[in-house]
Amino acid sequence: MTKDIYVIVEHRQENIRDITFELLTKGYELSKDRGKLNAVLLGYQNEKLVDSLKPFADTIINIEDERLKDFNAEYYQIALSSLLQEKKPFITLTGQTAFGIDFAPSLATSLDMPYTADCINVEIDNEKVLTEKQIYGGKVNSKVLLADNWGYIVSLRPGSFAPKEGELSAEVTTVPSAITEDIDYRNFVQYVEAVKGEVDITQSDIVIGIGRGIKEDKNLPLMEEFAKSIGGVLACSRPVVDAGWLPKDRQVGSSGKTVKPKLYIAVGISGAFQHVMGMKAADIIVAINKDPNAPIFTVADYGIVADLFQVIPKLNAKITEMKGA
Amino acid sequence: MDIAVCIKRVPETAEAAVNIDSSEKRIVEDQLVFDINEADNYALEEALLLREKEEGEITLFTVGPEKSDEVMKMGLAKGATRGVRITPENLDSIDSYTIAKLLAEQIKEGKFDIILTGCISSDAGNSQVGVTLAELLGIPHASLVIKMELEDGNAIVQRELEGGLLEELKIKLPAVFTIQTGINEPRYASILGIKRAAQKEIKVVGHITGEGMKTEIVKMYYPPAGKMAEILEGGPDEVSGKLCEVLKGKGLL
Repeated sequence: MTKDIYVIVEHRQENIRDITFELLTKGYELSKDRGKLNAVLLGYQNEKLVDSLKPFADTIINIEDERLKDFNAEYYQIALSSLLQEKKPFITLTGQTAFGIDFAPSLATSLDMPYTADCINVEIDNEKVLTEKQIYGGKVNSKVLLADNWGYIVSLRPGSFAPKEGELSAEVTTVPSAITEDIDYRNFVQYVEAVKGEVDITQSDIVIGIGRGIKEDKNLPLMEEFAKSIGGVLACSRPVVDAGWLPKDRQVGSSGKTVKPKLYIAVGISGAFQHVMGMKAADIIVAINKDPNAPIFTVADYGIVADLFQVIPKLNAKITEMKGA
Repeated sequence: MDIAVCIKRVPETAEAAVNIDSSEKRIVEDQLVFDINEADNYALEEALLLREKEEGEITLFTVGPEKSDEVMKMGLAKGATRGVRITPENLDSIDSYTIAKLLAEQIKEGKFDIILTGCISSDAGNSQVGVTLAELLGIPHASLVIKMELEDGNAIVQRELEGGLLEELKIKLPAVFTIQTGINEPRYASILGIKRAAQKEIKVVGHITGEGMKTEIVKMYYPPAGKMAEILEGGPDEVSGKLCEVLKGKGLL
């Protein structure tokens, strides 16, 4: 019996999301000598999306229904639980994204199927499924064994696998949607676009990212002065926005903005993966943090392990002096 | 309007060293400071805000050790009505699915209109319990909620997607919502609240075993040493000078 790998295609506003190609890359590796790699696409009027997926899978399972046009976890669950029960794929991959987080745990529960979330790797050892995870903010890893079952759902952390060029040419199988009745308990209303602020942090060559380590909003002026003296803009990680110290449009990370400046200086940022997703493409990354074990130092090119309140004023003075000279 | 809030006591590890114990399946907890999970604290605040608009009771639920009573008491001091602590005998080895199952068994006893929890825990970070709980209770859910309003037996919520985009949904109550950080400004407990909390009940559900685990931690290990930044050594003055030289050399200053 072949053991197929399914990848649930993530798309939004008519675009396939990057995570899909990361999942297909890992899915291809898992499917080798085992079964077929299937991209499972739920949507409405999918022609364009189907075409762009063809090089990346053996089969595209296309499920079209007007009610699948915009993501709705309840409709996804009806369609997917029916498909998985009928076709019995070995491993189904989803992304640890706003999309995957919202449907994968309940889908797995409805099928009484083992599920692990936010994995950085998945391997098959003697038909046992094992995953690797980062826990405690990236300070410890764990190896997780899934209970024996005919099928498994694994959610992978974005950025864990570099997507490869597709060399396949998928055949398309159209599967009728298992959705019969309209549901009234969850309705998609609309997308709400992010509010644009005064400063576009994606346009600056130098970005200073500040995090929880700045401790209090009364320390903001010091950071603003630093950003100004080095000729950059001030950005931040999530806790700074949560605390209301900087507006949402300054947030760097998966739920904020992705920046690719020439220089990114992370000040008092521990380096949660959600933040790293938004700044790892910077040319040069400098991290200033007092915790030598902070994961940010594995992302940075240069690091300073020190109290930021001692370093930043000195750095400010030196930069002002150099620029003045 | 009766609300259940699921909270968890977690170690603060952002600035602490985290060590694995000899079983290689757990971390050493002795040196760590524990508090309510950050996202759960926002969920609790959202419950308190909802109750300011519509009268009702707030029941806190947790699956954890006896020490979880500390974070429960803080929640009671802020205004929750009562707490339910579930302490299974195999607490050390249960997974997120089983936590949701234990919660569901207790929560289904009450008639809650809204069930809130944090969208992620800072320890395991699965973002799994709330959505699983909704399925076990047979009610709808929305995860990563950053805005919430009630309207005629429905909740109009906004979910936080990637890149700052929001998704607005209408969800029929009762439902489970997993709350994103930043949705509100969590309050501190008042002295009076702390005094009142001493009189409030924490029901303990023990002598049970969490069953039907779907996953098992086989081993914990330290992340393999990969790429590491070049650390600039010296006092504040010296490292500042070194960094300026590096940046100047790269044409960035």
